[in-house]
Amino acid sequence: MNEIAPLEQFGDAAGVSCARAPIGLLAELTHRCPLQCPYCSNPLELDRVNQELTTAEWQDVMRQAAELGVLQIHLSGGEPTVRKDLEEIVEVAAKAGLYTNLITAGVTLTRDRLKGLQDLGLDHVQLSIQDVDDANAEKISSYKNGLEKKRELGKWVRELGMPLTINAPIHRLNIENLPNIIDFAVQMGAGRIEVANIQYYAWALKNRASLMPTRAQVLKSAEIVEEAKERLKGILVFDFVVPDYYAKTPKPCMGGWGKGIINITPQGRVLPCHASEQIPGLEFDNIKTKRLADIWLNGQAFNKYRGTSWMKEPCKSCPRAEIDFGGCRCQAMAFTGDATNTDPACKFSPHHAAFVAAAEQESANPTPPAFVYRRYGGAKTDSET
Amino acid sequence: MTSTLQRTRTVINETSKPALPNHIKLRHDAGRGRWHVLAPERVFEPDEIAVEILKRCDGATTVAAIAELLAKEYNAPLQDILSDTISMLQDLADKGVVTA
Repeated sequence: MNEIAPLEQFGDAAGVSCARAPIGLLAELTHRCPLQCPYCSNPLELDRVNQELTTAEWQDVMRQAAELGVLQIHLSGGEPTVRKDLEEIVEVAAKAGLYTNLITAGVTLTRDRLKGLQDLGLDHVQLSIQDVDDANAEKISSYKNGLEKKRELGKWVRELGMPLTINAPIHRLNIENLPNIIDFAVQMGAGRIEVANIQYYAWALKNRASLMPTRAQVLKSAEIVEEAKERLKGILVFDFVVPDYYAKTPKPCMGGWGKGIINITPQGRVLPCHASEQIPGLEFDNIKTKRLADIWLNGQAFNKYRGTSWMKEPCKSCPRAEIDFGGCRCQAMAFTGDATNTDPACKFSPHHAAFVAAAEQESANPTPPAFVYRRYGGAKTDSET
Repeated sequence: MTSTLQRTRTVINETSKPALPNHIKLRHDAGRGRWHVLAPERVFEPDEIAVEILKRCDGATTVAAIAELLAKEYNAPLQDILSDTISMLQDLADKGVVTA
């Protein structure tokens, strides 16, 4: 049985062309979040509350997504539960037949509200943790007693009989705690864990020098995951996202541009990937003015890097062109200044050596710089708080 | 409580009575003309035989009974079908898609 759609590492789909219907839709309901993690995947320019789509607009997105053939909806943010109309959105999504996944930091949800969401059809909860050490979790998220609240939420999820995934973003400050993080997921009753090494875009890129682990740490973490996978077979399913700075071949970002995933920002911009707004020359449509199917099939931003015809060398003649699609356009843009270059994570990129050197130097620095926490404005560092 | 709370591996044999937990959904996708198994942040594309097996995972029918039905339906040797069914269901149990 082929598996076709983990959100992070989108595998290849069996025998379907590029512009087939998307499998997943990531709905960033809001950029508001009580946590301030310095690796947040939201853009540096956060959408404001008065720009957010209305309840009716999000409900319409859910109906359109189901019509288009989307199978799974990932309700994300920011923190999606700060929207008081989350219930109304979940209800419509579930009724439309979408598999609904709540991606939450777990510090704002009550048991009653969770139960209500379950009754409306919420299928799955993904709970992010910063670390399993209270003090370290607090330092990373700049939020007090968060871990305690997450423990409580995880307990409620399991008491209600809902499936739980623990999402653990991994970086320099918690990578040594990985065995404890895995134990935590087992104890919480999670069926799945994402050991997700930070991907360096947006806030994470800004904080890369504070977050990048060493190559030795990454190799060790891969061994830990391999061992745990075998030991916990049938108990805990692992998704291991590697940091591509130490890779030889790039990740097939989003499983290929415009191939399986749609992202919608709080203000309704429809993106092929959550980081794609940083690429110049892309025209993003807004769901307020165009139909989702039209945007998916005909949108300039979706067609720009769809398939392989946009490629130049070394991607164009590469046997891996349709395996990794040249890696990540956003990373190529950020590091090489040209989104049509091969991803610098690729060993064939002329920028690869500099890319690896950046990670090695930063990770070897015994006194990394202070975090720039994810905030509106985003200027404060942890030494100022 | 669903069986995903259990912290031991589900081992599938002839007498197991496999079931799909509530949060795993076997759905026919009319647009694409095929079946999907929807799981947390996963979508699987079961082949024809897998669909026939999964449809019968009702928590009451044993693996042996499922294999017998399929062996008749496809006019295939029971032992082959039985071992294929067990290995497929074991794989799915390890992925959290099937309980027993």
